[in-house]
Amino acid sequence: MRLQAVDVRLGYGDRVIVDGLDLGIEAGTVTTIIGPNGCGKSTLLRALGRLLRPTGGEVLLDGKRIDRMPTKEVAKVLGVLPQAPTAPEGLTVADLVARGRHPHQTWYRQWSSDDESAVSEALSMTGLLDLGERPLDELSGGQRQRAWISMALAQGTDLLLLDEPTTFLDLAHQVEVLELVRRLHGELGRTVVMVLHDLNLAARYADRLVAMRDGKVIAAGAPHEVLTEPLLAEVFDLDAKVIEDPVAGTPLVVPVGVRH
Amino acid sequence: MSTVAAVTRPPSRGRARAIHRHRLLVLAGLFGALAVAALLSVMIGAKPVPPADVWHALTGPTGSENDIIIRSLRIPRTAVGVLAGIALGVAGALMQGHTRNPLADPGLLGVTQGAAFAMVLSIMVLGVTSLYGYIWFGLAGALIASVGVFALGMAGGRGAPTPVTLALAGTAVSAFLYALTSALVLMDEQAMDVFRFWQAGSIAGRGDDVVWQVLPFIAVGLVLALINAPGLNALSLGEDVARALGQNVTLTRTIGVAAITLLSGASVAACGSLAFLGLMVPHLARPLSGPDHRWLLPYSGLIGAAALLAADVIGRMVARPGELEVGVVLALTGAPFFVFLVRRRKPVRL
Repeated sequence: MRLQAVDVRLGYGDRVIVDGLDLGIEAGTVTTIIGPNGCGKSTLLRALGRLLRPTGGEVLLDGKRIDRMPTKEVAKVLGVLPQAPTAPEGLTVADLVARGRHPHQTWYRQWSSDDESAVSEALSMTGLLDLGERPLDELSGGQRQRAWISMALAQGTDLLLLDEPTTFLDLAHQVEVLELVRRLHGELGRTVVMVLHDLNLAARYADRLVAMRDGKVIAAGAPHEVLTEPLLAEVFDLDAKVIEDPVAGTPLVVPVGVRH
Repeated sequence: MSTVAAVTRPPSRGRARAIHRHRLLVLAGLFGALAVAALLSVMIGAKPVPPADVWHALTGPTGSENDIIIRSLRIPRTAVGVLAGIALGVAGALMQGHTRNPLADPGLLGVTQGAAFAMVLSIMVLGVTSLYGYIWFGLAGALIASVGVFALGMAGGRGAPTPVTLALAGTAVSAFLYALTSALVLMDEQAMDVFRFWQAGSIAGRGDDVVWQVLPFIAVGLVLALINAPGLNALSLGEDVARALGQNVTLTRTIGVAAITLLSGASVAACGSLAFLGLMVPHLARPLSGPDHRWLLPYSGLIGAAALLAADVIGRMVARPGELEVGVVLALTGAPFFVFLVRRRKPVRL
């Protein structure tokens, strides 16, 4: 287990969102968390990335309690890309990606050749080498999202948590981002955990799906095990047909209607 | 690994070097501008002093009238201006960076009203009369007020105060202290007199003692600001991204607030309210530095000092034989300039 949530209770203030949840992430897998709005999937991802401290239970990174490890050491192993991040105006793509090197720098040693090569590797992985000097705000939504992913890649971690990396993107750009995730997994052996809303894309690009509702894991496993008609009814209150995706062979959800 | 291994030689290397060289050149240019402003500040005044006499006073003073004017009046005044200008410029850039608000000024933490209240109180209750005396009280008032603001900002949420709670607490504390100060000065004519001049903002009549009084605070503040710069770069991507990058957000915010407090507290105590400088200067520096605080902070400091000295020199020229206070000149010339700047290029989102 690379990353593990053990009996965690999560919430903001007095509001408890997740209670008594267990989840383990295997090394070298792509795990996608799905579930209706407000089910606690982003909250869970934030806790796994130590952006939110559990009020009960613990999160373990490689078997050690993540909240007891120096945050900078965690940042060398674990990258997190939050939902819809914002950057100051005028920041160029290369500058943004360079900031991904932050955990590897100290205030007296700001830039090294390792940083240099990590940044250009990250830019070439996402096909942004030619856009390096462009300000972020001049890019299209898909390019901007790729720039943020480049920043997380430049961090050089083999664990990546992505919170809705495809939000606000049209279908072609969604596929583009997810193809990139697949390459990270396939070519570099990275472990990826992400939150996605599109069930069909989730089924196509994940090794493992985790379906959540009301702060609980309802089902976890391979996409064809999880995406079943009874489960869609239970998790999303959705009547749907599940057929085989003619391209990828993964489950394809065709909605019929909402249950009342 | 194949696609990655293909890129061994980063193509942007030469460009990165060129940018670095360009930034160093700008830094040198700003140092030059500050040197010119400082020279003018030493030469120009009620009695103009030619450059040769300035040189004479600096290298081998013989006790001539010009030597005395330069060594005991103009140089300390210029030094206070340089210190306060650097402090306010850097504090303004820090404040705007931490709040991600381009309209934030260093006074937002309550330092200005804290200093004003403490000084007025010291004059009325303790009968302090010397400038040297009430600067200490101003400093203490500024520090206490901003610590109070920080504590109040923290009380609302858990852990580090957010920019919003800080700004709200700062506004509330400032309004409260301002009301107290207003009530006090209405009761005491002498305090009113001091307060009025202090409020306008001036570096006139500040001697060596004031320089040595504020120097340690500003020096520590500047060191904290430099330490804060990389963390502030991470924070400018949002708190979650900063945490994900391994930055301790609470520590970064605390160091930032401490630096702002020391820098703006010391300059406010020495020169009165010049908060406008802290608001304006980062907007001048940002087009030169870009959004990187490691360059924005030094640029803001140098521009702040040069602007303050330039405004002070103008104040000495326009109202001869008297002079206009630097705070008045800064607001009179700075405000239209600021409006021009904002209209020409829309204010930057931080």
